[in-house]
Amino acid sequence: MPVKKFVVGCFDDEKTLFPAVKNTRKAGYKIHDLYTPFPIHGLDKAMGLRDTSLHTAGFIYAITGTTTALTFMSWVFTKDWPLNIGGKPHLPLPAFIPIVFELTVLCAAVGMVLTFCYLCQLAPFVKKDHFHLRATDDLMVMPIEITDKTNADEVKAFLQNAGAVEVFEKEAETGWWIGRYDRDRKVFEKEEKTVIA
Amino acid sequence: MVLKEQFEIPGGLKKWSYALMAVGVLTLILGVVYLHPFSGGHGEAHGAEAYGATKFWMALMHNSIFWLLVTAASFFFISATTLAQGGWQVAFRRVPEAISGSINILGPITLVILLGYVWLSPDHHIYHWKDVEHVKHDAKLTWKAGFLNPTFYTVLSIAAVGLWIWFRNWYRKNSIAEDLAGKADHSFYWKSLAISAAFLVTYGLTVMSTLPWMWLMSIDAHWFSTMYSWYTFASSWVSGISLMMLFVVFLKNKGYLELVSEEHIHDIGKFMFAFSVFWTYLWFSQYMLIWYSNQPEETEYFIDRIGAGGHGGPFKAIFLLNLIINFLAPLLILMRRGSKRNYTVVTLMAVIIIFGHWLDFYQMITPGPLKELGQESNSLSHFLYSLGISAGFLGLVIFLTAKYLTKASLLPKNHPLIKESIIHHT
Repeated sequence: MPVKKFVVGCFDDEKTLFPAVKNTRKAGYKIHDLYTPFPIHGLDKAMGLRDTSLHTAGFIYAITGTTTALTFMSWVFTKDWPLNIGGKPHLPLPAFIPIVFELTVLCAAVGMVLTFCYLCQLAPFVKKDHFHLRATDDLMVMPIEITDKTNADEVKAFLQNAGAVEVFEKEAETGWWIGRYDRDRKVFEKEEKTVIA
Repeated sequence: MVLKEQFEIPGGLKKWSYALMAVGVLTLILGVVYLHPFSGGHGEAHGAEAYGATKFWMALMHNSIFWLLVTAASFFFISATTLAQGGWQVAFRRVPEAISGSINILGPITLVILLGYVWLSPDHHIYHWKDVEHVKHDAKLTWKAGFLNPTFYTVLSIAAVGLWIWFRNWYRKNSIAEDLAGKADHSFYWKSLAISAAFLVTYGLTVMSTLPWMWLMSIDAHWFSTMYSWYTFASSWVSGISLMMLFVVFLKNKGYLELVSEEHIHDIGKFMFAFSVFWTYLWFSQYMLIWYSNQPEETEYFIDRIGAGGHGGPFKAIFLLNLIINFLAPLLILMRRGSKRNYTVVTLMAVIIIFGHWLDFYQMITPGPLKELGQESNSLSHFLYSLGISAGFLGLVIFLTAKYLTKASLLPKNHPLIKESIIHHT
């Protein structure tokens, strides 16, 4: 995966972050992503992200579970191995419902967790670059990608004006890699030229 | 921005509520004239006349209990959200406050109907435990007589309804006093928490347990189900939320409640969705266990409704329709995020849910007395009679709610959590 150059702006307040995001998009800079220590309501809208499709996926997994459970049990108890259980009919629908429900929930839950991990590129041993360690603590971190057309110094000045408490340049791996942070310290801690605003 | 805080009843709403009440009163008068509500009992108790009395009281009980529980559910909503220190509902809290005001009138009406049946009507096909002679020869009812007797019925009903009204009016007084006090005065807020806590205990001991046993389950006096009260509560609770949704959407469409946004509608929609599923869960838990263990004294309840051994019972269609409109429709239609934020869809669903649970109450109440009377089939005329009475109650609820809405500002502006409600985001 490519290593790209970023200018990273760090904010310590939602109140400055929201206008900063809005102005950054207006100025035409490319926001790589936003790393925040806690979920911020409305930030996805401010960034212009579309709604997630995770719930649609969840619905599809759920009905897969429902149909699997219903068809399998119906087939077993009517065609494959009909048993007389307590004199109940061979297709005892009420007795099937708990199992149908469980399989629906199981398929939806497991499917959605896996899909979520896939969408976020999360897996054991998969590592990604951290732009700032305090993104998991008390800073909202906004890396802006530097392309041929953008001037890094201009972006830095822009972010400082927007109220960033810390601005620095960083070259970072944009994708994921398989490794260990304790052995990849160099990649992990490659922070340069910190400017305190 | 100047907020329209003072509600003025639109002429159309007034006309509709009067028209509905007129239908109800007319139905009631027709009933008094043609159904002979005070005949029946022993001796001449057979034939069309006895059936008429039973039908009359059944329709009145069905509708008064249903609408009383539905409007009381509004106050349960307020109490539960207040005690949980929820903030999102504050922007429209005056709506359930107004709806719950209806219990001031519906409560006494229900008591008059229930106690009128228990004490004044000689008919005993609905509550056959009130027939003293019969109870003496009926081992099961003799055993239950400590609970199922007219005196205890009266005491518990009056105490329960009285306490709801008392708590509701106390809360309301406190809520209005908060409007007049300063913004910094949080004592009203803490007091409302205490009132809510006390009410929830009362509600738990009445609607969630004893009252449905007494008012409704005792119609099938030999039968019992430990799920029954929860089931009744779930029915009234989801209808209560739907009723609240209807009023909120109505006020939004008339230009009131400017601070209530799609986000609030979305959350009320979630409640409608979630508690429809909750109702189904209770429905199924009650049905499945009885179906599975298959014991005659328990299955009789369902046999009265759907019949046994492939022979359809008189209520089979209603029984299945009940599941479709109270479970499948909300599940599939309200599942999408977009539909919970769409005014038309939520209005339609709210109407469907309220009608569905009204129908559910119908099939909880009617089959028992019909069997007592030896009537095999469910009759359309009784259904229509019940619907006519229901129109009256609906008109009364609309009328009273509109009246209570005008009594106070639509925004509890000094509530400490009002800002949280305004910026609410789902």
